[in-house]
Amino acid sequence: MVKVTLQEVTKRFGKTTAVNRISVEIEKGEFIVLLGPSGCGKTTLLRCISGLEKVTEGRILFNEGDVTNLPPKDRNISMVFQNYAVWPHLKVKDNIGFPLKIKKKPTQEIETKVKWASEMLGITELLDRYPHQLSGGQRQRVAVARAIVMEPEVLLMDEPLSNLDALLRVKMRSEIKKLQESLKVTTIYVTHDQVEAMTMGDRIAVLKDGKLQQIGGSNEIYHKPTNLFVAGFIGSPQMNFINVEVKEEENILIVATSGLEIPLPPAIPIKKSEYILGIRPEDIHIKELPNSTRVTGEIYFVEALRSDTVLHVNTDFGKLVVKIPGDFDAKEGENISLYIDNSKIHLFEKESELSIL
Amino acid sequence: MKKHRVALWLLKVAAVCFILFVIIGPLIGVVLWSFAIKWYWPHIIPQVMGVRYWMDVFHRGRVLDSILLSLEIASIVVVLSLVIAAPAAYGFSRYKLPLEKFLLVIFLMPQAFPQLPIFINIAAVFARHSLTGNMWGIIFVHTMASLVFSVWIITATFRSIPEELEQAALNLGASRFKTFFTITLPLAIPGLIASAIFVFLWSMGEFTGAFFIGAPYIQTAPVMMYTAAMGYNMQTASVVALILMIPSIAFMIIIEKYLKAEYIGGLGG
Repeated sequence: MVKVTLQEVTKRFGKTTAVNRISVEIEKGEFIVLLGPSGCGKTTLLRCISGLEKVTEGRILFNEGDVTNLPPKDRNISMVFQNYAVWPHLKVKDNIGFPLKIKKKPTQEIETKVKWASEMLGITELLDRYPHQLSGGQRQRVAVARAIVMEPEVLLMDEPLSNLDALLRVKMRSEIKKLQESLKVTTIYVTHDQVEAMTMGDRIAVLKDGKLQQIGGSNEIYHKPTNLFVAGFIGSPQMNFINVEVKEEENILIVATSGLEIPLPPAIPIKKSEYILGIRPEDIHIKELPNSTRVTGEIYFVEALRSDTVLHVNTDFGKLVVKIPGDFDAKEGENISLYIDNSKIHLFEKESELSIL
Repeated sequence: MKKHRVALWLLKVAAVCFILFVIIGPLIGVVLWSFAIKWYWPHIIPQVMGVRYWMDVFHRGRVLDSILLSLEIASIVVVLSLVIAAPAAYGFSRYKLPLEKFLLVIFLMPQAFPQLPIFINIAAVFARHSLTGNMWGIIFVHTMASLVFSVWIITATFRSIPEELEQAALNLGASRFKTFFTITLPLAIPGLIASAIFVFLWSMGEFTGAFFIGAPYIQTAPVMMYTAAMGYNMQTASVVALILMIPSIAFMIIIEKYLKAEYIGGLGG
């Protein structure tokens, strides 16, 4: 178990900057998720930590030791790749035992460790098979077993579940999380899937264009996004964004656009007049509740998922996506009254895209 | 309807016969010649047949020697070409080398021009360094010319091996050297074998270079075949030709049996 510290880590490929001055402290035994859209630099950052890429600037520390310039083999880390990277010419047991064999451990110890790792992943009966005789999910288990067999200081995972089918992905999600909890190994997990990030990570680091946008627990990331990007990237369906003006009426600040006026809580630092209002689909209701704002609109499209229902509603100020629990048999074209929970609104500066509420 | 079917059947039979004739026809001629003791025009099959020339091959030194020499040269050429081509190909496949395209084209050069003038010129140069008239001169040119096949085939093989398989090993504590020998090289074996077979067969059958550099002091099997046929000794030429077919057929069986695509199919995922 080590604490991983990234200090102003920067990686450039020619003129493009893939990772831009990222500083993070990852605690011992923490499960941290690097989340972002493709091309945001999350995989590059992971490869910098693994040593497969050399950082251009900045430092990487494991506990107090500087590993910035160490080759991968001396970092005592292991990595699970997106497409498994199990070696086709080696049997499962030789794949798993490889890291120990490289370290010239005695045969007896290798056998015990391979058995232990394969039991952890539930693949003991596959040990004598070759990778081409395995399914995708089984290969992924072999890759994870191989990664934990030498009890690494840091476990790196690069989108390990994205090649699996949806059902298996859900299953492996909890298994990997439980495995990490029992091993207590510091884990850095890269994904573009917000559900994976929210369900697995102790903390989530959201990246965009090589820059760290926000880092925090799922609660913080979801309810207190620091900027427009994080607010829009996390949550499904996406947060509604409405261009608004902030005005003062009778000593109260309100946000306003055609057909919508919402009072703001006091003591909001307002400097300019152009803002973006954010409201999550589940914070808009079809029943009136205290401290809410009523808006009307016409139902344009209904996604009846039955566990909940997603309504797309056309209003005077644009389209609103609303998520309500359970069955709701609405007809497209009907008019509907909606109630926006005033306490749940977010406000972003239009220019800087930073959150002020 | 029935007529139509009969016509179709006849057409199929004719097509099969034609194909068999094209493929097997010339072979029959060679096989007949190898067993002929007396065969004069206009007879369709030899008047007197026997195994005399086959016996000759295994008794009389000259023919047997030429075959053994060809085997020896081809084996050494295979080893040399693998030893030179494998590291070069690994470099081409994994690193961005300066002038990469240019260097790859250089390897193509010996095959890019007509063989005859090239080998005549090489023979002239070799003569000054006493590399003509012995086995090593032939080995030298065969290795050089066969690098075309081996470098290109092995480069393609290394490129087909996902880099992540190597990176996984690097991550799990292996050095670059260890990674190459435990992961990359074993995975490249099908390509190395394919290249070795290709080079071996090419060297076994190569005539021009062996002729200009080796003759008249030493004769490889193809040169032997040529001189025999030139001296109207069709029987000896036929026997040598048939014997030279053995390695080709043997390798075809090996390729068919062991170089299954599914072995590489498990790569990457």
